[in-house]
Amino acid sequence: MAGFDKVVHSYEEAMAGLTDNMTVIAGGFGLCGIAENLIAEIKRKGTKGLTLVSNNCGVDDFGLGVLLPNRQIKKIVASYVGENAEFERQMMAGELEVELTPQGTLAEKMRAGGAGIPAFFTATGVGTPVAEGKEERTFNGRDYILEEAIVGDFAIVKAWKADRYGNLVFRKTARNFNPLAATAGKITVVEVEEIVEVGELDPDQIHTPGIYVNRVIQGSFEKRIEQRTIRPSNKHAEKGE
Amino acid sequence: MALSREQIAQRVAQELKDGYYVNLGIGIPTLVANYVPDDIEVMLQSENGLLGMGQFPTEEEIDADLINAGKQTVTMANGASVFDSAESFAMIRGGHVDLTVLGAFEVDVNGNIASYMIPGKLIKGMGGAMDLVAGADNIIVTMTHASKHGVSKLLKSCSLPLTGKGCIKKVLTDLAFIEIKEGKFHLLERAPGVSVEEIIKLTEGELVVTGDIPEMKL
Repeated sequence: MAGFDKVVHSYEEAMAGLTDNMTVIAGGFGLCGIAENLIAEIKRKGTKGLTLVSNNCGVDDFGLGVLLPNRQIKKIVASYVGENAEFERQMMAGELEVELTPQGTLAEKMRAGGAGIPAFFTATGVGTPVAEGKEERTFNGRDYILEEAIVGDFAIVKAWKADRYGNLVFRKTARNFNPLAATAGKITVVEVEEIVEVGELDPDQIHTPGIYVNRVIQGSFEKRIEQRTIRPSNKHAEKGE
Repeated sequence: MALSREQIAQRVAQELKDGYYVNLGIGIPTLVANYVPDDIEVMLQSENGLLGMGQFPTEEEIDADLINAGKQTVTMANGASVFDSAESFAMIRGGHVDLTVLGAFEVDVNGNIASYMIPGKLIKGMGGAMDLVAGADNIIVTMTHASKHGVSKLLKSCSLPLTGKGCIKKVLTDLAFIEIKEGKFHLLERAPGVSVEEIIKLTEGELVVTGDIPEMKL
């Protein structure tokens, strides 16, 4: 009897059930806090026609960008996608559908999806291309647009530690979209640096309770850095996005 | 002389107040952190989920799990906190950030801002900028006043897709510090050595000039 034990031992098992044309929500900000090996497994499986919901789409040879060369992504919902030549090519050629979504709205769409709230009003995007085709309402004299929640067939999440029950702890800014993605997947798969025994995590310090998590796998990570900035040279301060 | 990027940052830093929570955008706004006056405390918010952003790390301190919204490696200041993206934008959208500084391609007399997309050319996305301009009351836009070819970026009406509508009240360019109100630009200060005439020439939208316009002090 497995009970609440969510631990799986192979990546095949971790991504079992992922099929063509599904929606996958991915945690991560840039290359920080991404489920590196779950992404690699999607590439290996060759699943196609995917709708990806993620703040970014990786770089050419790392992160979600590795799913581009074999045309596995049909559509991406993201806030910022500028780091990737193949992405730009596919988008300009009309091979890849892109739904640019403000970062805070994207986070809230995931949060709402996981919390059973179908839609919400936000002032973000009013009067911009983001508002096109969306219901608009005025509250207390201010205009808002209606944004719909997102639920994924799968969510792929990177956490620092998990216990066997799937309780999660994230580390520093690698948390980002991960706890939100975790709530919004019908099947939530979490890749972690360390799995500990039940009871070892302080209940007061758990960021994501195991109820949201279906599978946990321990991985090893490259943790590639996008912008390696070091002090004291202030020159680097200007290299951003 | 037009202000350098560093000087623009220096002038923006004079707008910081003790106890401010501040979000600095990519590019020139990031440089503002280098000019925080010694006698005040501000806390920098980075929308990827960090309040209390510190300086860049030394080689030994580098941590792939600790970056800012520009994906640069950073450190945490004393008293920092980390949180998820929904929490981060609750702070932003909920109006809890005291000052937001960000760049733009264009602004206009109605406080509209275009900063994220040049159709057919640059399509990268708005990141957090739409949430930032919608959520903040106190925003300073930093930008160059005109293109290299002398085409004004302070317009009657933005030509590019908007990032936000009617939300910008202050603009600091390499030539001038400008307030936007009642559908007009109002000249507050000019860059050292830059004449009011030069600024008028490079401002397409209506510019109100009242009395003697002081030079910025840097």
